[in-house]
Formats: sequence, structure tokens, C-alpha cells
Amino acid sequence: MTLLDFTILAAKVVLVMSVLLSTVPILVWVERRGSAFIQDRLGPNLVGPFGLLQPLADVVKFLFKEDPIPIAAHRFLFPLAPLCSLVPAAVTFAAIPFGDTIDLWGKTITLQIADINVGLLYIVAFGSLGIYGILLAGWSSNNKYSILGALRSSAQMISYEVALGASLIGPLMVYGTFSLREMVHLQASHWGILLQPVAFITFFISAFAECNRLPFDLPEGEAELVAGFHTEYGSMKFALFFMAEYLHMITISALTVTLFFGGWQLIPGLVPLAQWIGVATYPTSIGLSLLQVFSFTLKIGFFLWLFIWIRWTFPRFRYDQLMSFGWKILIPVALGNIFLTTLAIYLKWI
Amino acid sequence: MWHDIIFWILAVLCVSCALCVVWQRNPVVSAVFLVGSFLALAGLYLNLSAPFLAAIQVIIYAGAIMVLFVFVMMLLDLHHPLDLYFRFTKLKFPKLIVLLLFSWFLCTLILATAFPLAAPQTSQGFTISQIATLLFSKYAFPFELTSLLLLIAMVGGVVLAKKK
Amino acid sequence: MISPIGYSHYLILSAVLFTIGVFGVLFRRNLIIIFMSIELMLNSVNLALVAISKFTQNPDGQIFVFFVITVAAAEAAIGLAIVISLFRHKQTIAVDDINLMKG
Repeated sequence: MTLLDFTILAAKVVLVMSVLLSTVPILVWVERRGSAFIQDRLGPNLVGPFGLLQPLADVVKFLFKEDPIPIAAHRFLFPLAPLCSLVPAAVTFAAIPFGDTIDLWGKTITLQIADINVGLLYIVAFGSLGIYGILLAGWSSNNKYSILGALRSSAQMISYEVALGASLIGPLMVYGTFSLREMVHLQASHWGILLQPVAFITFFISAFAECNRLPFDLPEGEAELVAGFHTEYGSMKFALFFMAEYLHMITISALTVTLFFGGWQLIPGLVPLAQWIGVATYPTSIGLSLLQVFSFTLKIGFFLWLFIWIRWTFPRFRYDQLMSFGWKILIPVALGNIFLTTLAIYLKWI
Repeated sequence: MWHDIIFWILAVLCVSCALCVVWQRNPVVSAVFLVGSFLALAGLYLNLSAPFLAAIQVIIYAGAIMVLFVFVMMLLDLHHPLDLYFRFTKLKFPKLIVLLLFSWFLCTLILATAFPLAAPQTSQGFTISQIATLLFSKYAFPFELTSLLLLIAMVGGVVLAKKK
Repeated sequence: MISPIGYSHYLILSAVLFTIGVFGVLFRRNLIIIFMSIELMLNSVNLALVAISKFTQNPDGQIFVFFVITVAAAEAAIGLAIVISLFRHKQTIAVDDINLMKG
């Protein structure tokens, strides 16, 4: 591995991580203005035009606020828990392709940090490590509400992880590969959702439960458990949990787009528009790669807006409703989808 | 060369996490170190060109079994003063002798076997389709038995832990 | 560090991990830590199997690891269920105090 290869890899990592981490403040702003719009009120509009600098004010607040550590909290695990939540959420994005290739300096650079041949398994693996942050946070806080919230949240996340995995087997059988880059290449003619609509629905619902977002919000239910597992967490550590949740949302949206909506395949109608504007798009030019990244970003943006929209529209599931929905309805539907897909592949419908 | 460096880093990490597992007073911290050990082992599997097993190790061991352990520890009200660490272990000295003899025995056996020195340089890992084909053809019977075993474990676990 | 990493390095690492697991089982009195040491021993065996599978170019080793992981999952579930019911009866998980069938 030459020095140039290493530099390109490092540059890709730095670029992706900075884009991810700077999308979080934007998401915070979108959530607050979007929720205000849905609830027929104004959101933050004092700090900067349209309240755009509000996340910046939040960051300054988080940096300067006192970071309390309760006396009875576990000395080692209490500060470790936010890291255990943040690192898996950030690292999971490494396997997701955000563009095809770019030709620079004589090398063809694939727009993906790591083209792992078990990419889908890697994402499921590190997604399932996110539970530790919640469990350790709840237990080390030495607080009734924290531990109740942590136990509920992890029970929910484990149950819906099974549904998530089961719903991923359908697309796996159709595409025949674990590698995400291959999957996007195979969606050149028609997107995955035309072949696996049921899998998309189960996957998307499980994704909500995985990210602890409403309507599966009971673990951090504001009116129920003070603040659930992050009751005792103050400024910077709470900010890390917050960031971890938004990063998880972004990664799940990216995965949905990659599996079911064509990944970086161009949104139909984008090429004529680009040619009309004057961007060159003959094969593997920088213009085409930028268009692909732009399509990818637009699709992720749509799903992130969908996350926020659904959050502020639906009421919360009760805990027993949540668990029975996951085990008794979602998993059988996912298994039925596997059966149907097998039948379809065997009878050569797909 | 990179394989060697990565091996040494991961091996040291694995052994130190394993030592912390058996040397900690608090079982929850032990569980966290055991997860670290499992992640280091997954890295070692990757080093040995077994990416499928590395992913399975993280998903099942670190992501499910250890979560089960941590759950049980959080639900039981374990009083630490009761587990008074090494002080009340009976027969400490004989156990230590047995342990040292055992480790010496294992290492001697390994070092005495004439293994070929380096890995065959053209060895590549096995793809998932090769493993899956083997699983469903040659090892199909153990595969079905394992699914039965998991069913038994699920039913047995629920029955054993139920409140009367 | 001087010689390239071969068979023996992985097997010695596996033996070291196994020894640490045996140390945990023999010397600790907390039932759950004994369980964790048993899991450590199972993992050391997995490592040995994968190493041998790579060095003899035989995929059967990886299949065995697959089965060992599954059996370990089932065993952990049942073992923890036993621990829970034991704790409910005796309010302790120190192995020295769980001696009802003794003499």
C-alpha cells in the first residue's frame, strides 16, 4: 500500500467524518424548525437568519456548561458509555458507498471508505454494538429512572434487531451479494424497492425502533421516565448521546437508500437537467461523480425528513404494545417475506 | 508485514482484556472487558482472512451473548461485599501449581510440533458462498440439529427463569 | 516479531487465553465471572480452529467455529437462566455457598 493510497484513504475518512459530524447540527436545526412547522408555531428564529445559527449556540452552551458526574456513579463506566454509543454509530458509515468512482491523479478512487465483501454484515454487527452505550449509561448512573429506561431501551433494540436482520435476508437473496457496492451496481436498471417492498417496510419500521425514535420512543419518553437512560448526563456527555442518535439516523437512512432506493444511482431526470445547466457527464467524469453524490445526499435528506416528520406526527407506543408488535407481527412478516422471495427466485419471477 | 504488526497489537489487547476480565471485582466491568476481548478476537479472525466469522463473532458474541450477561447482572441485585475476591478462595496453592503445569504442558506440546514455518503465501480466505455450500451439503444434519438446540435453549431458558 | 507470524503464534495465543480462562474458573468465586471465563475458553478454541483452518486450507475449521459459537449462545442462555433461579432461592452467587448437595 503506497503512500498515495494511504493519503487518499485518510482523506476519504476525514472528509466523510467531517461531513457526518457537521450534518448533525443541520439536522438539529431541521428538527426544531420542522417540528415547529408541523405544530403550527415558530421554531428558533432569533439567533441568525431563520434561526440557522441556533445549533452553533447549542454547541457553545454544551462546551461551557458544567459537566456533572454524580457521586454514586461508577467512575470508569459513566464516562465510557457515551463513547460506546458514539463510536459504533460513526464507524458504521465506513461501508456505505456514496458515489461510483472518481479519476484523480491517475488513480481510480472508489467513493467508499472500505469496500468490505461482507459490508452488510459489518453494518449489522456494529449497529448491534450500540446497545452497550445505553446499557452502561443506565447502569452506571446509579439511578432508578436510568436503569428502567436502559433496560426497556435495550430490550426494544434487541427485539427489533432480529426483525431488522430478518428483513435484510430478502434483499440479500435477490442481490446475491453482501457487498454494498455490488448491490448499488445491480440497481442500475430498477431500484430495489420494486423487488422487495415488504422488506423495505419491515426494515424501515425496525430502523425506527433501532434509533429509539418515535413512535418507539418509550425509553427516552420525556413524560414517562424523566429522560430515560441519559437522566444523569450533563453537557458534553449528553451532547455525545445526542450526536450518536443523529448519526445512527443518518446511517440507517443511508443504508435504506443503498439497499432499496438505488444508492448513488442518479435520480431520473437529473442528467438532462445537468446537461442543460452545462455540467459534463460523459462516463466517469468528475461531473458525473458529483451528480451521483448529490443524488445520494438528496435521497438521504428525504429519509431524514421522513424520520423527523413521523416523529412529530405519531403518538408513542406503549411498552407492551411495542414488544408484541416486534415479536408477533414484524418478525413473522419478515419471515414470510423470506419465504415469498425464495419462491419468486425459484420460479424465476425475479 | 502489516499482518504481523496487527497481530501483535491485537494479541496484546486480547490478552490484557482477558486478564482484566478475571481480575476485576465488579462483574459488569468484567463484561465490558470481555467485549473488548471479543472485538480483538474478531480483528484476529480478519487477520486470518475469515471476514464472515469476524462479523458473526461481533454480532453473536459481542452483540447478543454479552448483552444477555449484562442484562442478567443488571436485573439481579448483586452485593459486591459477598464476593470477597481472592481472599476466600480455597486451596489457592494447589490450584496455582495445577495452572502452571497445565500452561507449561500446552505450550510444550505446541512448540514441540513441527509446524511449517509460515502461512502458505497464496492462501486466500474462504468466501461466504463456499462456507454456505459446505454448511448445507456436508454439514446439513448438524445445521438442523443446531436449530433444534436453539429452540430447546429458548424454551428451557423461559421455563427455568419463570416465576412460579 | 523477528520471524513472520506462523501457526505457532496463533496457537500459543490460544493457549494463553485458555489458561486465563482456567484461572478465572479456578480462582474466582462469583458464578457469573466463572461463566465469562468459560466463554473465554470457548473463544480461545475458536481462535485455534480458525488458525488451523487457514494454515491447512481446509474450510471445515470455520464451519466448526460456526457451530461452537451457536452452541455457546445456547449454553449461555440456559446457564444464565439457571443463575437467575439459583439467585432467587439462595440470594447468593458465590459458588462456595451453593453446596446443598454436599455431605
